[in-house]
Amino acid sequence: MGKTIAEKIFDAHVVDNPAGDVHVIRLDKVFCHEITTPMAIRDLVDRGKDRVFDPGKIKAVIDHVSPAKDSQTAEQGKILRDWARRNQISGFFDIGRNGVCHALFPEQGFVRLGDTIIMGDSHTCTHGAFGAFAAGVGTTDLEVGILKGVCALSYPATIRYHLTGKLPRGVYAKDVILAVVADLGVNGATNRVIEFTGAAVEDMSMAERMTLCNMAVEAGGTCGICYPDATTVDFLWEFIHPDFSSREAALEYFSRLVSDSDAVYDKTLEMDVSDLAPLITYDYKPDCVVPVSHLAGRPIDQVYIGSCTNGRLADLREAARVLEGKTISDSVRGIVSPATPAVYREALAEGVIGIFMDAGFCVTNPTCGACLGMSNGVLAEGEVCVSTTNRNFNGRMGKGGMVHLASPATAAASALAGCIEDSDLYEGQTA
Amino acid sequence: MKTFGGRLLVLDRDDINTDEIIPARYLTEISKQALAPHLLEDLGLEGFHPATDIAGKGAVITGANFGCGSSREHAAWALEANQINLVVAKSFSRIFRQNMFNCGMLAVQLSAETIDSLMERFAKKDVRLDVDWERLQLVFRAGEETEEIDFSLSEFDRALIKAGGWVEYADVRY
Repeated sequence: MGKTIAEKIFDAHVVDNPAGDVHVIRLDKVFCHEITTPMAIRDLVDRGKDRVFDPGKIKAVIDHVSPAKDSQTAEQGKILRDWARRNQISGFFDIGRNGVCHALFPEQGFVRLGDTIIMGDSHTCTHGAFGAFAAGVGTTDLEVGILKGVCALSYPATIRYHLTGKLPRGVYAKDVILAVVADLGVNGATNRVIEFTGAAVEDMSMAERMTLCNMAVEAGGTCGICYPDATTVDFLWEFIHPDFSSREAALEYFSRLVSDSDAVYDKTLEMDVSDLAPLITYDYKPDCVVPVSHLAGRPIDQVYIGSCTNGRLADLREAARVLEGKTISDSVRGIVSPATPAVYREALAEGVIGIFMDAGFCVTNPTCGACLGMSNGVLAEGEVCVSTTNRNFNGRMGKGGMVHLASPATAAASALAGCIEDSDLYEGQTA
Repeated sequence: MKTFGGRLLVLDRDDINTDEIIPARYLTEISKQALAPHLLEDLGLEGFHPATDIAGKGAVITGANFGCGSSREHAAWALEANQINLVVAKSFSRIFRQNMFNCGMLAVQLSAETIDSLMERFAKKDVRLDVDWERLQLVFRAGEETEEIDFSLSEFDRALIKAGGWVEYADVRY
């Protein structure tokens, strides 16, 4: 019987099978941020076990609230910073070099094909874009990961999502994943890996694949995962080239990870992305999705472009393409947060940041901040935001606020219009 | 075995997420007890008033996909800080469920039909829920009325409960 990519990665890392389908796996990387890690650090200190399994395999970043907004967030940063120093964590990113974890860590080459990764963050599923098995966990799992380099997980059952066709103009990876979450439902992939295959995935850049895998958890999925291919190897080449004689050799080596043709799936679903329109969420669950046109004209107060879902350079470029030469509505606050310093620098160099500023956007430093209503763009009671983030839960970006999730192009078009609007309206227009 | 359960809090809704259980604005706390007053503060559920409905409760019964969304273990801690260490649901999100057992708390899944009938029967009553470990039953009591429901736990879940959590379990083995 053949195996799926998740099963192959899993099998190569199993160290114990304590009971039933629960397997303890060896971890290649443990990622940490300042919101869910401090309590693990405190507990380790209290237990007299203030050590790490391998300082080279632990990466940490202060990203959720940066710069610190008050004494408490300053303390959280300090706990992580002090711990990283005394345990000689080599990959630690503080303000000035920090960025949104799920954009920063892949950019730094910390995510490799076939890796097993955990982090105390549900959007860790993003890293499956690289053909890795990456799962979000709670603080206790993180603590054991830090101390022992292992994690207990169920053997991965997989839903295969086969995406065919070509994305129409104005439709992006974000629209695809919104359609997938709407199809599966918020509980549809619980305890399952979502394997994305097909021509539409093969056509996607790594940034787009990260957007796709990022929201697997919104359907309950443990991990989203894509096959390694030339796009993956090209992205990682600067980090992996010492290990291979050529890109072709690397690709050949990693192709062993691709699911076998007789692999067994929990179920297989198919979607032709050529039929998709730009999508947007309504209500308070990410599976409540409609075409943007259905909500067109609804007034909004804020537009937020950023996050681990859509804060990468390609996302900023798409938004800038819509915004170029125009100014946003007087009734809308526009906020853009490049996900990493490298994204910021590139966007600045190629004029993308200038377009945002000319349009009337506020450009913030890289941080998770507004996505979960912690800082840098919290909504007031009754306010409405079109956001390129991943969750529209009640109160997510601020108590009593309403969040509509959409692509960067839709968000930019809505900022110009002052209401929910399809980017098609601005296609081909100039000021 | 430590004691699980107590007076029952009925949350008759599916997909209650961890942002509703403990909003992100309280994730800046670095003590579990500081989370206690904010449990379920943002829950969208008609007729539910966190200020009065949580006090004195020791167990929760709820719908499907409880604890979906963010991985924040603060959700389990906020329950624990309110002396709630047992949640009975139609289903759980993977991370929340694991967080419960990792903290030595109990998450029990029952069929949708069973939960619906229990909620209908006990919604407006003062109910106590206890765990009978010998017979592996949940025991619901409202006055003279008693309902005993069988439940199952995997060998691994049971081992975590017995050890007191995942750190304790893993520390001696790995």
